[in-house]
Amino acid sequence: MSAPTSEPAFAAVAPPEESAFADALARVLRDPLGALGAALVLLFALSAALAPIIAPYDPNALDVPARLQGPSLAHLLGTDNLGRDVLSRVLYGGRIALGVALTAVGLSLIAGTVLGLIAGYGPRWLDNLLLLLFDSVRAFPVIMFALAVITVVGPSLETVILVVVVTTIPQYARIIRTQTLSLRHTEFILAERSLGAGAPRVLLVHILPNVIGPLLILASMEIPVVITVEAGLSFLGLGVRPPTPSWGNILNDGYAFIRNTPWLVIAAGIPLVLTTLGFTFLGETLRDVFDPRLRRD
Amino acid sequence: MDALLDVRGLSVDFHTPRGRVHALRDVDLRVPRGEVVGLVGESGCGKSTLISAVMRLLADNAEIRGGQVVFDGRDILKLSERELRRLRGERIAMVFQDPMTALNPVLPIATQAIDVQYRVRAGKTEKRRRAIAMLRRVGIPDPERRIDRYPHEFSGGMRQRICIALALIAGPDLLIADEPTTALDVTLEAQIIQLVRELKDEVRGSILFVSHHLGLVAELCDRVTVMYAGEVVETGTVHDVFHRPRHPYTQALLLCDPARIEAATRDLPTIEGEVPSLIRLPEGCVFRPRCPHAFERCLAPPPLYAAADREWDAGQGHAARCHLLDHG
Amino acid sequence: MLIYSVKRIGLALIIVLVAMTMLFSMIYVVPGDPASIALGPRATPEMKTQLIARMGLDQPLPVQLVNFIGGVFRGDLGVDVWSNRSVAAIVLEALPHTLALTALGLGWSVALGVVLGCFSATHRGSWLDRAIGVLSVSAIAVPSFVVALYSLLAFAVALKWLPAIGAGEAGKLGDQLRHLVLPAFAIGLGWVGYIARLVRASMLEVMGENFIRTARAFGLPERRIVYRYALTVAILPTVALLGVGIGNLLSGAVFAEIVFARPGVGKLIYDSVLNRNYPVVMGAVLVTTMLYVLATLIADLLAALLDPRVRANF
Repeated sequence: MSAPTSEPAFAAVAPPEESAFADALARVLRDPLGALGAALVLLFALSAALAPIIAPYDPNALDVPARLQGPSLAHLLGTDNLGRDVLSRVLYGGRIALGVALTAVGLSLIAGTVLGLIAGYGPRWLDNLLLLLFDSVRAFPVIMFALAVITVVGPSLETVILVVVVTTIPQYARIIRTQTLSLRHTEFILAERSLGAGAPRVLLVHILPNVIGPLLILASMEIPVVITVEAGLSFLGLGVRPPTPSWGNILNDGYAFIRNTPWLVIAAGIPLVLTTLGFTFLGETLRDVFDPRLRRD
Repeated sequence: MDALLDVRGLSVDFHTPRGRVHALRDVDLRVPRGEVVGLVGESGCGKSTLISAVMRLLADNAEIRGGQVVFDGRDILKLSERELRRLRGERIAMVFQDPMTALNPVLPIATQAIDVQYRVRAGKTEKRRRAIAMLRRVGIPDPERRIDRYPHEFSGGMRQRICIALALIAGPDLLIADEPTTALDVTLEAQIIQLVRELKDEVRGSILFVSHHLGLVAELCDRVTVMYAGEVVETGTVHDVFHRPRHPYTQALLLCDPARIEAATRDLPTIEGEVPSLIRLPEGCVFRPRCPHAFERCLAPPPLYAAADREWDAGQGHAARCHLLDHG
Repeated sequence: MLIYSVKRIGLALIIVLVAMTMLFSMIYVVPGDPASIALGPRATPEMKTQLIARMGLDQPLPVQLVNFIGGVFRGDLGVDVWSNRSVAAIVLEALPHTLALTALGLGWSVALGVVLGCFSATHRGSWLDRAIGVLSVSAIAVPSFVVALYSLLAFAVALKWLPAIGAGEAGKLGDQLRHLVLPAFAIGLGWVGYIARLVRASMLEVMGENFIRTARAFGLPERRIVYRYALTVAILPTVALLGVGIGNLLSGAVFAEIVFARPGVGKLIYDSVLNRNYPVVMGAVLVTTMLYVLATLIADLLAALLDPRVRANF
């Protein structure tokens, strides 16, 4: 059997055509949930990025006499237990969430891709070892694992990101690994290798385009989880260190003073809920549009 | 004499993203009491749609555009869901094509056989006894023990027998067999046909036997209706249709039947052309594009004409949908 | 089936061992002497010495590991130098509260999830189906501790219908149940969405199968078809997912116990983290992890067992 001609082989892994991509994007936006999700995500990203400009006050500016007030014209979302403006703190909290999301997802994507490629392309024993490691990490409920690490390393934003990255790497790695394994022995890869193409070229040119779709979808579904974990740990006082505002530690303050005023809890909870909903709606719609077969039902 | 099942002028469309599929057009079918009627045609000719329409089990995107399905004097198309359920299983029963998927995999045969009798006023033990008796009748060995087994523990042939048993338990007036042997290999097919032949005389009711296997239909049936692309093209007794076919399609079909080939050959006869799209039908006679005898009249759709040598009287006699039969 | 079971159990054991190793080694990954890492800056030198002695921290790492693993299988999770009690005793004391919460959370969420999923599947395309779909996705997305906070705010603080704090009086079942309502609601809400979606998808797939068509052709009542014929097959994937659900709910339980100030393993871990008491944290996390692995194992085996087709290959 002769090696297949270039055209059909590359067609199998050609990246999605530009028009198809734009078309799919339009489909996502036409779906009401998808549009809503995109709008919420945009709102989140913009408010976080523009926080320094649109926040009415310095998030750490104290004004103790005005503490624990409900919403008013001066403070649209009220003040917290130290008189700080809640709206400004919430806006800056969004920056933390955005930063954590992008950093964590970015790092896990890269690390997961590398590990997945190694697992799929390397020797069998390495693959088995990595799989075992992945399964073991997944054996811990995420929060438990985070708490154990934090006890030893000490609470900080970096620790949170570290934990999140370590626990989410397995999912990306698996997808990459599966793709790599399935393509490893296909004819055109062998043909390429016989022509002298090295492993990196094979990996980059052939494997990556196929996995971009599922990876992006997975990433968009992971972002709300990451934001939630950071918020949760900050809520426990084990994440972002005060006085830096994070939605989680504003909720912590709110919880401590819940009998005085409900507004702290309400004000910090809403952006968290809206952001996670937004990313989830968007991710679900993306998944439906790009590959209904991926429904993890 | 009125027939047990009398389908008159049935037309069914399906709504699909690509357009309206005219799956059945003005279809007539008669199953007289106590007879075995065959329904033949290639895949896609509308046999399954017709059966589903009779059982009122059409898909959601189906639309019944017109016609009647009269069963024992009542139009099934006008019955409520409750009245339909009373018919199904008790007066009309069906055996499906694929025995491997027709039975629930996680329930034992006994449960399914007893469930089927849910209308019967009898205790579980009695129902179980009847089920065992019917299993024995269709040739399942050691039925008392095996009735508690699961479907996957039986072979395909056995499963089909079980399906036949389930269909017969309630003693239906009409048994519809939808290509019951298509999914089975030749030896199993022969066994099932033998079974049907034996049961034929015992079953007090009628049988509607759907198949694309002409030889089987010839063996088992009294009358046969030939369908093509959603229409009835020929109908008559088995003898008339198979020995003196009047419609060019039937003629071609018989020529293509591998059983008829007498001389060893490398070239199997085929019918030229393709089955037309049911969304965009050809003008006039639906077989015209492939018919070797087509002439200018064929641009007008032909009705069912009586074959010259017989009286055609809605159900009796021999008729074909071809202008060549127009003698008047 | 037998081979599958053995393989599955074996895998679970190996994972537990690797997890134990990971947990144990954490104090070594961080720079510094293990005893200080494990006990934090408030520990006195005597405590550190005691820890080193009781847990053999001065021995080479592989030996320690083996001792530790052996100890775990004997029920010895080490000792808490602050209270001078065995870690195992401390964890076991807190465990029943968490188990009760998790069980209740799982119970109600699965029950409601299955009902909603069935309903959605049989009323596919209706506005109610779509509403349930959106609500399911939303329930999955919203963080459970936010749900806990909001329900605390709404039902305990504002409306005062249910208690806000604690587990209730010991011995009084009614009171204890009252205290479980809000926390169980909070941790289970996300899972309702998950299950509803899964059951819906499963049911839709099953309802399209041939054996359902057969049942219809025999005129069986729709009720029986949906529940006896379709659901019994469609429920199998859900069973397998229950194990994962327990892990999910255990995580949620940590927050629920803190928000509602309930005693339990979650609160125990949290307090120990704040006190920098690693031996207790390690023991508690280990116990919950083992429970999680056990739950997934049982769920997988159960799912295989319930399907007669798989069972037959014994």
